[in-house]
Amino acid sequence: MTLSVQDLRVYYRTLRGEVKALDGVSFDVADGEILGLAGESGCGKTTLGKALIRMDGRMKHVSGRVELDGENLPIGDTVKMNPFRFTEVSIIPQYSMSAMNPTRKIGRMVRELLDSRGVTVDLAELHRRLDLVELSRDVLTKYPLELSGGMKQRMVMVISTLLNPSLLIADEITSALDVSTQKAVVTTLKGFRELGFVKSMIFITHDISLTNQLADTIMVMYAGKLAEKAPADSIVNRAKHPYTQLLISSLPEVGVRYADKKLTGIPGNPPSLLNPPVGCRFQDRCPLAFDKCREEPPAVEVEKDHFVACWKA
Amino acid sequence: MLKLQEVSKVFRVGAFGGKTMTAVDEVSFEVARGEVVSLIGESGSGKSTIGKMVLRLMSAQAGTITFDGDDITKLDKRAYYRKVQGVFQDPFSSYNPIFKADRVFSMIKEVYFPKEDDRVWRDKVASALNDVRLDAGAVTNKFPHQLSGGQLQRLLIARALLLDIDFLVADEITSMLDASTRIDVLNLLADLKLRGLGVLFITHDLALGNYISERTVVLHQGRIVEYGPTEKVFETPEHAYTRKLLASVPQLHRKWEGV
Repeated sequence: MTLSVQDLRVYYRTLRGEVKALDGVSFDVADGEILGLAGESGCGKTTLGKALIRMDGRMKHVSGRVELDGENLPIGDTVKMNPFRFTEVSIIPQYSMSAMNPTRKIGRMVRELLDSRGVTVDLAELHRRLDLVELSRDVLTKYPLELSGGMKQRMVMVISTLLNPSLLIADEITSALDVSTQKAVVTTLKGFRELGFVKSMIFITHDISLTNQLADTIMVMYAGKLAEKAPADSIVNRAKHPYTQLLISSLPEVGVRYADKKLTGIPGNPPSLLNPPVGCRFQDRCPLAFDKCREEPPAVEVEKDHFVACWKA
Repeated sequence: MLKLQEVSKVFRVGAFGGKTMTAVDEVSFEVARGEVVSLIGESGSGKSTIGKMVLRLMSAQAGTITFDGDDITKLDKRAYYRKVQGVFQDPFSSYNPIFKADRVFSMIKEVYFPKEDDRVWRDKVASALNDVRLDAGAVTNKFPHQLSGGQLQRLLIARALLLDIDFLVADEITSMLDASTRIDVLNLLADLKLRGLGVLFITHDLALGNYISERTVVLHQGRIVEYGPTEKVFETPEHAYTRKLLASVPQLHRKWEGV
């Protein structure tokens, strides 16, 4: 088991009170597993990704325990996390396009970055990995400005995985890319796992169809809580949570036309996380809601590896 | 209704404008009344440039764009904008954050209908909101940040409807919306089309284009590579580029080959 998260709660401090962005989430990621994390904006998926590597000043670790390779990960302590970052846990951020220092040539930036971790550059290995993502070796003598969006993305992917981290967090890395580049990036990520550059991966995206292309397991979140977690195939074909079902049925696919089959969205908006409703957070938008939904549904394993947090499942 | 004939746009690039870049290269197509045409392409394909030229936010270097037979550059701008309007990608930056969101309606009244009676105007606004399936109580007198992306985007469509438009340029209007609300905005466009509105639907998402449009234009580096009825383009694509694009769309029930 690479990663084990128990009842993690992370709140944002705001002037109006605490925003409960992540409110009691538990899950495991096995060795070699790619976990796809899906959900709408504001469901806490990016917060979860950030909590596992670096919390910003507004975030507060309220409770919960995170273990990586059997070792406790001190996520609430920025300084104590330092030995883990980049070596054990690494991230390909949402802002990859602007993640690199614009005033340094890329080669020098990589060297400085590795120096800060007390590692010297293994140039042969770096070259091998550049070849793997089909970047020419002279990118190291270029400034980030000289690279296209897709090239920057691939460069950041190489840098993030250079020290073979146990866990890689990929946060919405394809949302700024074209469909054909998207496919190349996803293929490369999967290759990284096969070659053992990373042990396991959390792939965060709002696009369930894309997650399904690479993830072994899909976890769907809603308003800071886990809604459903199951093998990718079960989520796509046998979703049990009403939110997952509605989300999947609202996806237009190539081949579905308005004239033949009118799709519908989910009415309403996600609840405010300043004062989230008691009980199931999806109850106001759920067509199946009944009295019991005012109590909080626990995440139950209804089938092997299929967890659902719904009273009706 | 709207017709583009060999429209081209060349930008000057480089430090002193010494180089040129052809963003749109002799593009011709037509949108009829009550029809949705999707303009599909990747970044840099010139799809937004075409939208901007149709909205007269940019001028074409060569070729003509005609609306109901008239060259759009010769039409009075105000009269043209009563018939043709655009909605853009980012609903959050389309509004001025310091004013209430429904100010977009009063601005329309000031410019186009200054003599209209207030009560008649209120009814008109209410019916436009109804057309985009928004609850008037939930959206009026609110600041943009208090509304969701889907609501803001629908407000902009309602604003366009107040002008009795015939044609709407929808430039990536759903790409900032969540999956659960995206489809509502798309359905709204499709309903408007049934009322006779012509829509130019600009998108990079092939699945969305396929869902609502009658005809599809696939652009690659400023050129049209494929143009035809949507089902033909999607089922039997002729151009290699279209086939490659279609193969890279992530689909829920089909896994990519070789990944």
